[in-house]
Amino acid sequence: MTDTMARPDRVVGAAKLRKEDEHLVTGATTWTDNITLPGMLYLGILRSPIAHARITRVDVGPALSSPGVVAAFSGRDLADKLGSLPCVWPVTDDIVMPPHPPLAVDEVRYVGDAVAVVLAESRYQAADAVEAIEVDYDPLPAVVDIEAALAEGAPLVHSESGTNKCYVWPLESGDYEAAKAKADVVVARRYIQQRLIPNAIEPRSVVAASAAGTGELTLWSATQIPHIVRVLMALVTGIPENKIRVIAPDVGGGFGSKLQLYPEEVIAAVVAREVGRPVKWTESRSENFQATHHGRAQVQDIEIAATRDGKILGLKVDLLADMGAYLMIVTPGIPLLGAFMYNGIYKMDAYSFRCTGVFTNTTPTDAYRGAGRPEATYAIERIVDDLAAELGIEPMELRRRNWIQHHEFPFDSIAGLTYDSGNYEAATDRAMELFGYDALRAEQAERRERNDPVQLGIGISTYTEMCGLAPSRILASLKYVAGGWEHASVRVLPTGKVEVVTGTSPHGQGHVTAWSQIAADALGVPFEDIEVIHGDTARAPYGMDTYGSRSLVVGGMAVHEAAERVVTKAQVIAAHLMEIDPGDLDFEGGAFRVKGSPGTQKTVQEVAFEAFTAHNLPDGMEPTLHADSTIDPQTFSFPHGTHLCAAEVDTETGAVRIRSYVCVDDIGSVVNPLIVEGQIHGGVAQGIAQALYEEAVYDSDGNLTTGTMVDYLVPAAPDLPHFVTDRTETPATSNPLGVKGVGETGTIAATPAVVNAIVDALRHLGVDDIRMPCSPERVWRAIQAGGAR
Amino acid sequence: MVQISMTVDGVTHTDDVEPRLLLVHYLRDQLGRTGTPVGCDTSNCGACTVLLDGTSVKSCTMLAVQADGGSVTTIQGLALDGSWHPVQKAFHECHALQCGYCTPGMVLASVDLLSRNPDPTDAEIRDGLEGNLCRCTGYQNIVTAVRSAGASLREQAGTEVG
Amino acid sequence: MIPAAFSYERPGSVDEAVAALGRLGDEAKVIAGGQSLLPLLRLRLVAPSALVDLGGIAALRGVRDDGDALVIGAMTTHTTVMSDPLIRQHAALLAAAAATVGDPAVRHRGTLGGSLAHADPAADLPAVAVALDAELVAAGPRGTRTIPASEFFVDYLQTVLAPDEVLAEVRVPKLGGWGVHYEKFNRVAQAWSVVGVAAAVRRSNGSIAEARVALANMAPTPIRASAVEQALAGAEGTKEAITAAAASAADGASPTSDVSAQADYREHLARVLTGRAVTAAAGL
Repeated sequence: MTDTMARPDRVVGAAKLRKEDEHLVTGATTWTDNITLPGMLYLGILRSPIAHARITRVDVGPALSSPGVVAAFSGRDLADKLGSLPCVWPVTDDIVMPPHPPLAVDEVRYVGDAVAVVLAESRYQAADAVEAIEVDYDPLPAVVDIEAALAEGAPLVHSESGTNKCYVWPLESGDYEAAKAKADVVVARRYIQQRLIPNAIEPRSVVAASAAGTGELTLWSATQIPHIVRVLMALVTGIPENKIRVIAPDVGGGFGSKLQLYPEEVIAAVVAREVGRPVKWTESRSENFQATHHGRAQVQDIEIAATRDGKILGLKVDLLADMGAYLMIVTPGIPLLGAFMYNGIYKMDAYSFRCTGVFTNTTPTDAYRGAGRPEATYAIERIVDDLAAELGIEPMELRRRNWIQHHEFPFDSIAGLTYDSGNYEAATDRAMELFGYDALRAEQAERRERNDPVQLGIGISTYTEMCGLAPSRILASLKYVAGGWEHASVRVLPTGKVEVVTGTSPHGQGHVTAWSQIAADALGVPFEDIEVIHGDTARAPYGMDTYGSRSLVVGGMAVHEAAERVVTKAQVIAAHLMEIDPGDLDFEGGAFRVKGSPGTQKTVQEVAFEAFTAHNLPDGMEPTLHADSTIDPQTFSFPHGTHLCAAEVDTETGAVRIRSYVCVDDIGSVVNPLIVEGQIHGGVAQGIAQALYEEAVYDSDGNLTTGTMVDYLVPAAPDLPHFVTDRTETPATSNPLGVKGVGETGTIAATPAVVNAIVDALRHLGVDDIRMPCSPERVWRAIQAGGAR
Repeated sequence: MVQISMTVDGVTHTDDVEPRLLLVHYLRDQLGRTGTPVGCDTSNCGACTVLLDGTSVKSCTMLAVQADGGSVTTIQGLALDGSWHPVQKAFHECHALQCGYCTPGMVLASVDLLSRNPDPTDAEIRDGLEGNLCRCTGYQNIVTAVRSAGASLREQAGTEVG
Repeated sequence: MIPAAFSYERPGSVDEAVAALGRLGDEAKVIAGGQSLLPLLRLRLVAPSALVDLGGIAALRGVRDDGDALVIGAMTTHTTVMSDPLIRQHAALLAAAAATVGDPAVRHRGTLGGSLAHADPAADLPAVAVALDAELVAAGPRGTRTIPASEFFVDYLQTVLAPDEVLAEVRVPKLGGWGVHYEKFNRVAQAWSVVGVAAAVRRSNGSIAEARVALANMAPTPIRASAVEQALAGAEGTKEAITAAAASAADGASPTSDVSAQADYREHLARVLTGRAVTAAAGL
């Protein structure tokens, strides 16, 4: 059959400009801190200046006489109402899960632990009154270093637990010791994943309002997870869930740091009810550094065993993971998201993994972009380079000898996952071509030859990751207490406009645009006719929110599926109206046409009006044209790619300059290449930042010495290179759109590419590792130590 | 309290303020001009950048009393007669924003940069935006947007002269 | 974060400013551009009872030619310093260093006088003032006094200015025919200098006739690298000679160890960067 009728162009795959931008580029934004409600009070929080101490006295009295102050509370005043903050990922049966009061009652356990609060008429008065609160502390010994925390006789973060060990989680596949016994070469390394501060540019903010009469609580929060916050808020405070509405208005980035139920959210809700007035709290940046969770913070002992000709036989991973002072919602599970990724893209016979979670007197850790997978990818990609050096095999060649060939998919990895698809050869070949790999190797050799003070290194990262969190059954097997599904509703309104309701909660990812593209194609309606509703539990009641590169793979699929269901219903109605069997209709470009007679048609938008009037529907057909879908993915998705970094290292100062950076990513099918590219740029930037710049440093007393942006180095435009990006496209087989997820790939891939480049530049000088961030001083010292060998 | 008077996005305001009131809080809390956000407390992030008498300043690193008598342009006053400034347009077209929190400051810093250097190189753009942090974009599309906006502005100026 | 409360005065003249400081006492503080002070106020690391704002004193802004020196008003912004034709001609080192301070928005508000009076050892302009043998003119209740830059900086964030004195202007001797270079080493674009080197070199017949080198962040105050200067006087105009002279750049320095760098690394950097700065200043 030939169809000569015009049809709207498909928009999935098109670089549509974002619908989100208009209000953002004109300042018509809805950040939580923009909200002002009648009678609203400002919440100020006094935080502990000491890493570990017993609280012997709190007197909020002086604050009460400070101008504008309406109320002030200590932790003890509110203890019954605030409850204990939950951890929803008890990774083992015998995990140590100490209570976590949102406001400390008897003891403070990190610098920044909330101690007492004030409510004042203005932001400024609240800031003044906080300083008037009097607290006496009886200092206790603090433990900051993760290994020191495990030592015999170490000070205990939670004395009632009797240990700083939170859990030990093992994973064994194959017999590592047997594999090692067969190996010609065993390389062992210790890598340090420094602690990072996520630094979403919007600091956190909360507004809580409790309606007199109904007791309904409305909570606006700069959060990634309004739906999860609602459930947990109900569990923690005892406020009935059906009386809680959580709204995530415009949210200025998250990167995992807003994937949390924070003390301030609970405190704001409780004190708003207590005083009967709306309450706003907004953190300052320096407060954010102490009070918003941190990421990474692991010590990785890695061992790889291989034959002389470069076949990897086995891998052993022993992790120490810093939990910080308390378990936040998914703190213990973060390192385990990496447990299945240390083997990377490589085939091997045996894998042994063990992670020990450890409490320290520091800000709690939790998800930060990549969450476990960047750490895993760093370790495997670094040690493969070290193995290559040990074996005298070119590092890309060593990878080729061990990676899963494209004809071997689907492939059951040694860590127990089934990689559905991939083509590492294609991505690598393209990356090497764009990079000019051979020419750079030649230049490197030449610079070495002439002992140039500026040496050149080439860093490789051939990564994969698991994303699309997550199949609920797999989460259950990992003892995560919730599911990983996602929900969408698609409603075609009587006038033909479309509402897409999603349970994802975007904060920069462009879901409004991308979901519009998916729905536009599925329904055959104009992209412009679609509104996407999100981030409000009253308007989008079902959802599991946005993190773990899950939104497209799970939430976007739910949109697709719901839209398909709308079409299915519309087809029955259209057939009825056209007095024909539904099976005799074709649906294309938004219109139902009788097979063989393309002239007669009904569009989905026309059918919507008929479904609204309900004057002439098939028997038993419910009026209105809408459908829901809740998708629980059956498997993870596995983006992969090859990133190549050329770094120039000034051996006199240790300064590193990234000369070129090429990434070829395979994220499957693409809904919007513009958005994809933006995600990769930003992800790579954060990965480079870990390699070169960022580190949260505590002194031995538990004070955060990198306490502001002056000392914690977030890179600006001049500090980052131009990225050359390209894609290969191997569709995922696990979903009908073939998509894989792209939110974290750049961050996961970039860090080892950069460090491998620096080490590669200096290996001939006796350098085989440099601790991150590779500051000029660390690089210089590594050169001094290498030369001294 | 000190009496101050300033023009914000074309409207003149006279208010009594505490001397310690930061310009950004005057804009946000007193005038309700919430388009200008606050991202840090050490003058690093630049999210709060506005133009004071046509020149970029960080409104969190300035007291409202220091802006007395001045004219402030925020992101909310940048569009003229309802049509976006070429920099706003370029940010949209080049996908130079994701979460959008840094965008007001980034846009106004770019306007300032292009007013001093109408045809900057990529390196000059990066240097010119060194006081503004973005955590989403990796800056690459921002650089592209500023380059593109520069071309539009030069074309505009050429047309006006011609 | 939000500053603690203070009272505020905006005098129209230097005399009024001095009078206000005298009246308000030790707890008052001068605010120039405020780019260093505002963050400290916001973090409540300082909490003065009063601020005396020099922003209303027109006489403190601008650059004038005073024969063998330039006179730069203390409230002249970094943006002006880096672009002013007189400064670029006669004190190019100052213009070059000013261009590395902060970021454009900070440079629009921040002032030369403010940077010098704040006396942060990591700041760039104090080192340049010391390298150029600038003179700082302070106005106080007993009139004005002129202080050599080498005597102005006393310790970390401390100068010889009395609480009731105002830094009014900076006299920078013209350097005709000298090559200059400011070498700044920092970890990210907006970070303070780990080490900064201000170098000025006068060449004569292929050799180095005279050199001035000052270091930022190598001591609680900016310091002259006197040993380097002595070694360079009359030295050959070659990279080798300069590198040899630069080897003593850290002599007499007392750098700190902090989160940006350890002292011994700063000493190493001072030697390397001095070599580079002098080489660049010498046009080699």
